Amino acid sequence: MDKQLMSGTSAVGEAAIQAGCRYYFGYPITPQNELPEYMARRLSEVPGGVFIQAESELSAINMVLGASVAGARAMTSSSSPGISLKQEGISFLAAQELPGVIVNVVRGGPGLGNIAPAQSDYFQSTRGGGHGDYRTIVLAPSSVQEMADMTTLAFDLADNYRTPVIVLADGMLGQMMEPVRISSKKRKKNLAKDYVLSGAKGRPARLVRSLILDPKAEEDHNWKLFRKYQRIEQKEVRYENFLLEDAEMAVLAYGTAARIARGAIKRLRKEGLKVGMIRPITLWPFPAGIIQEAAKYLHDFFVFEMSTGQMVEDVKLSLEGRGRIHFHGRPGGVISTPAELSRIISRHYYQSKRKRGR
Amino acid sequence: MKKVYARPLSLKKSPFHYCPGCGHSIIHRLIAEVLDEMKLREKSICVPPAGCAVLAYNYIDVDMVEAPHGRATAVATGIKRVRPKNVVFSYQGDGDLAAIGTAEAFHAANRGELITVIFVNNAVYGMTGGQMAPTSLLGQKTTTSPSGRDPLLDGYPVKVCEVLALLGGSSYLERVAVNKPANVKKAKKAIVKAFQHQLKKSGFSMVEILSPCPTNWRMSPIEACRWIDEVMAKEYPLGVVKEVKC
Repeated sequence: MDKQLMSGTSAVGEAAIQAGCRYYFGYPITPQNELPEYMARRLSEVPGGVFIQAESELSAINMVLGASVAGARAMTSSSSPGISLKQEGISFLAAQELPGVIVNVVRGGPGLGNIAPAQSDYFQSTRGGGHGDYRTIVLAPSSVQEMADMTTLAFDLADNYRTPVIVLADGMLGQMMEPVRISSKKRKKNLAKDYVLSGAKGRPARLVRSLILDPKAEEDHNWKLFRKYQRIEQKEVRYENFLLEDAEMAVLAYGTAARIARGAIKRLRKEGLKVGMIRPITLWPFPAGIIQEAAKYLHDFFVFEMSTGQMVEDVKLSLEGRGRIHFHGRPGGVISTPAELSRIISRHYYQSKRKRGR
Repeated sequence: MKKVYARPLSLKKSPFHYCPGCGHSIIHRLIAEVLDEMKLREKSICVPPAGCAVLAYNYIDVDMVEAPHGRATAVATGIKRVRPKNVVFSYQGDGDLAAIGTAEAFHAANRGELITVIFVNNAVYGMTGGQMAPTSLLGQKTTTSPSGRDPLLDGYPVKVCEVLALLGGSSYLERVAVNKPANVKKAKKAIVKAFQHQLKKSGFSMVEILSPCPTNWRMSPIEACRWIDEVMAKEYPLGVVKEVKC
């Protein structure tokens, strides 16, 4: 497919269709309405396409569950308050080991909050979000191109690991337009889906469940899920380094915050400050390894988030007491400028340098 | 000797765990008989509820997936849209369908989803120990309406068939009971009809089944069956509530 100018939400929609998703279930909420609108239009053109505007987010995620257990690639999307409602279904997808893709175009919160871009759903996304002992893979795109690529990847990971995958964007990434090329390469045949419900013809009836009344059996199921999550942690960590080789301070930021940080770092570099960046692309599994690696040769880690500080906890866990952590956050849907951020990074940079000099 | 009755093939050979006098086991058996007679077992997918009948998969021998409490019709919608050639049905209690899952049931019916709901109305939350249900009768004593359901505090019994009948997408709605042999026969006929409406793509179909819960009603099984006739069926009249020609 040629390069096209697309909004982030449209890029997600088209990438989903190219990845073989024919089932979309959603409920209107700003700032992601362009995605269900795109899917309503496109799925009416694609043979076999089904779009349902559900009566609620609860219903939408459970339609995903139904489509998934029937063997289809299915997707839903929403924004923060709606994602809270979907947590019940996400917990069931995780427990029943069913694939599903959930796109969260995050807005300011808590409560109704506002409709401006924010990163306040990091905890909810990376800690499971719903009830029970489980994790979801969380992909954090930082451009419209990545909105498309992460959507493609999300479907593959969901199928490979039979687990729900969250694409964590925000109002900015959803609304802005950039040139994008959507992968339309022929996908390899779907994995053998021996759990799919199709009617018990010529085989014993299948059961997909999460009710395991015997605590020992439920414990076994929990450990089974845990081992799967360990495999994901070993194999699926993704991140991008930016000017890290000679850096004395590493900025940690993802998504829209990472774009702002990139601009700030370019300014700082012009002024001769040795600042680089580690940009987590998977928020879970979190790229702890590269942070630990970086801690061998640099001391200062500057976390920038559009929240009061959520990912910073994972950075602390990764560093295990080493290094020094700096934090700057802008919650509530406020977007920093690279100029503002560069001034703050610069202050921390020189303060730290002075301290170490003493 | 002539064999006049045998265990339906769609019913697994495991003894029911339900309380003595409970209607679930009769309803399971009816569904199994209908699946056998209509040759639907191999193409059916069932969504059991949260509640006593969550273990329906121990008895009814078809593909099944558990849904979160109340979401069975949404899950069934997803399955049916992907597999329109399969027969998809949910099995739900009154709390599941008429309280926590009202929105899902209402809108699945309104969209005319080609699914069938087996709605077991026993006027009480069974598995959790006999709390008041949306379908509990006025004055009915439950663990959460200890002095009887008071309309000023608790509202009124919900008539699901009558509510769904108003919606354009519903095709077949009938209320039956399983408290005596004549009613059990009618219940079976209603289940057949509901599946026929699904097969003919006529719209949403549901059979509401008044079912005894002696344990939580604090009655003997015989008293419970009598109570359905004398009290419950007065509030919830038996019969076809809506039938679209198909």
